[in-house]
Amino acid sequence: MIALEDLKTTFRLIRRNPVSLTGLVIVLAFFAVGVTAPYILPYPEDAWGEVYHLEKRFLPPSLEHPFGTDEMGRDVFSRVLLGARFSLIIAVGVVGLALLIGIPVGLIAGYLGGRIGTALMRVTDMFLAFPPLLLAIALAATLGRGLTNTIIALAISWWPWYARLVYVQVNSIKSLPYVDAAKIVGLSPLAIMFKHVLPNALTPVTVQAALDMGSAILEAAGLSFLGVGVKPPTPEWGLLVTEGWTSINVAWWISLFPGLAILVTVLGFNLLADALREASDPRLRRILLVSGRV
Amino acid sequence: MIDEMTSILEVDNLVKYFPIRKGILGRVVGYVRAVDGVSFSIRENETFSLVGESGSGKTTIARCVLGLLKPTSGKIFFMGKDVTRLSKEEAKWYRRNVQAVFQNPFLSLNPRMKVEDIVAEPLKVHYKDMPKEEVKKHVYELLEKVGLTADLAKRSPYDLSGGQAQRVAIARAVILKPKLIVLDEPTSALDVSVQAQILNLLVDLKNELKLSYLMISHDLSVVRYISDWVAVMYLGKIVELAPTEELFEKPLHPYTQALLSSVPEPDPYLMRKKKRIVLRGEPPSAVNPPPGCRLHPRCPYATEVCGKIEPKLVEYERDHWVACHLYARK
Repeated sequence: MIALEDLKTTFRLIRRNPVSLTGLVIVLAFFAVGVTAPYILPYPEDAWGEVYHLEKRFLPPSLEHPFGTDEMGRDVFSRVLLGARFSLIIAVGVVGLALLIGIPVGLIAGYLGGRIGTALMRVTDMFLAFPPLLLAIALAATLGRGLTNTIIALAISWWPWYARLVYVQVNSIKSLPYVDAAKIVGLSPLAIMFKHVLPNALTPVTVQAALDMGSAILEAAGLSFLGVGVKPPTPEWGLLVTEGWTSINVAWWISLFPGLAILVTVLGFNLLADALREASDPRLRRILLVSGRV
Repeated sequence: MIDEMTSILEVDNLVKYFPIRKGILGRVVGYVRAVDGVSFSIRENETFSLVGESGSGKTTIARCVLGLLKPTSGKIFFMGKDVTRLSKEEAKWYRRNVQAVFQNPFLSLNPRMKVEDIVAEPLKVHYKDMPKEEVKKHVYELLEKVGLTADLAKRSPYDLSGGQAQRVAIARAVILKPKLIVLDEPTSALDVSVQAQILNLLVDLKNELKLSYLMISHDLSVVRYISDWVAVMYLGKIVELAPTEELFEKPLHPYTQALLSSVPEPDPYLMRKKKRIVLRGEPPSAVNPPPGCRLHPRCPYATEVCGKIEPKLVEYERDHWVACHLYARK
């Protein structure tokens, strides 16, 4: 299986470069925390936000509460940990949904071309004509607050970028000699599309998707911050930053730690995306492997 | 023009125009006359070469023969069957029998596939029931035959040298035991030292597997080495067609003479004796080819009639065809 060997080589390249490795570790840690968060919380009730401890309001970071407590006396550390889960759901949900719409649209438009292709790309262009965040805000406001609606709103403003990217790739790949060679060998158009065109078109899409996982977290946080995203008391990172914002002068830790969590996670995805870009280019990979530069 | 009984491929008055579209409505404002009425045939186990400058239409002919382009008009017969209208079953038969090798092996091999998978693909398409072990056996035998070691089978094309990669492309082309292979500049992307090896491999395979080649090239020394027949093309038309040695020894058409005289001569004695024929200017565009003989604005021998009447391709001597008024008057 070439895909498996691809992964192995990619991992080997990432391991050799400390910057890429940092990115990978951050992303893996984010996934691990996101999946296990509900079971490792020091203060589960605080994390879910259903309780008040008025006697513990605005406690600064300490051993007992590493990230301090918020204005309702809830443990910020627990809330940030659980926030990773929501950010993970948002990141995977938004990018996954956007890929699910964008890849088929781009592939069909690019490979078939003609009237169908033009029609599909004009629809895509209509979506691209809106500033993406504005479109997401408008959609989120229309759909109402909530996790699912946030994901849907972001995915709808996101898929056209993937459609465009896949379209451009497919368009250039379909005229390459190896696609002609596949036709001459006698492969069906469908087989050519999935075996020869799509795998080669996906390289930049993988990179973009990794990059966008970070951006999706950032935009979801933005939506929450503006009050059209996830509903409180859900401990989503953007919402946590908002909650601490009013009391930033007395308790900086309430906003700082979820903010840092966003920063580190987005940085991790960016570093990883960069590593993937280098590793997924067959030509570049050959150079890197041979020269042992990284 | 060549005995029809033994011919494997017959191209009859092939025409391919590409429409030039303008504006959002895609109105057709003109045509690029890439191929304008070309006929030739290829006999079994022979190599037929099309030579000419870029833009002369030789690659368009190859793409029509390979079914990658639909001819505007004209017919292509393969073993007596019109390949522009084949049933689904016949199309599979045609694919099994007509394969191709392209110029740049790094572009004609999928970079995400391993060598053994690339070579095995035609078998997997045409012989779906063949057991995996047998496919593998065929692939490894063939890799050895084209001069590749077994350890390269698991590599990706990017790990190979240009010559090795072209051998992989050749292996893919012959694995189905085709009758005809279209060679589109098979050596021009390779180092000179590798070119000869690839040409020898092609000649060996041709003799061993009884192949016929349709070769597209602008490299005259390569053409002379490998071909049995050569057709010289200029602006979408064949201007001269003859057996290889005949054409190189006794070129009739002024364009052929100019083309041959442009090849550098390594022997200084012969060099001094050699007559240089230089054409004026650049080849005109195939959108608006000149009236009459298409070469006449550039031809040193052009007369009045050349600008008015288009010369026909006639058999001037046995098997030696030429389209020029210089020879029609005799």
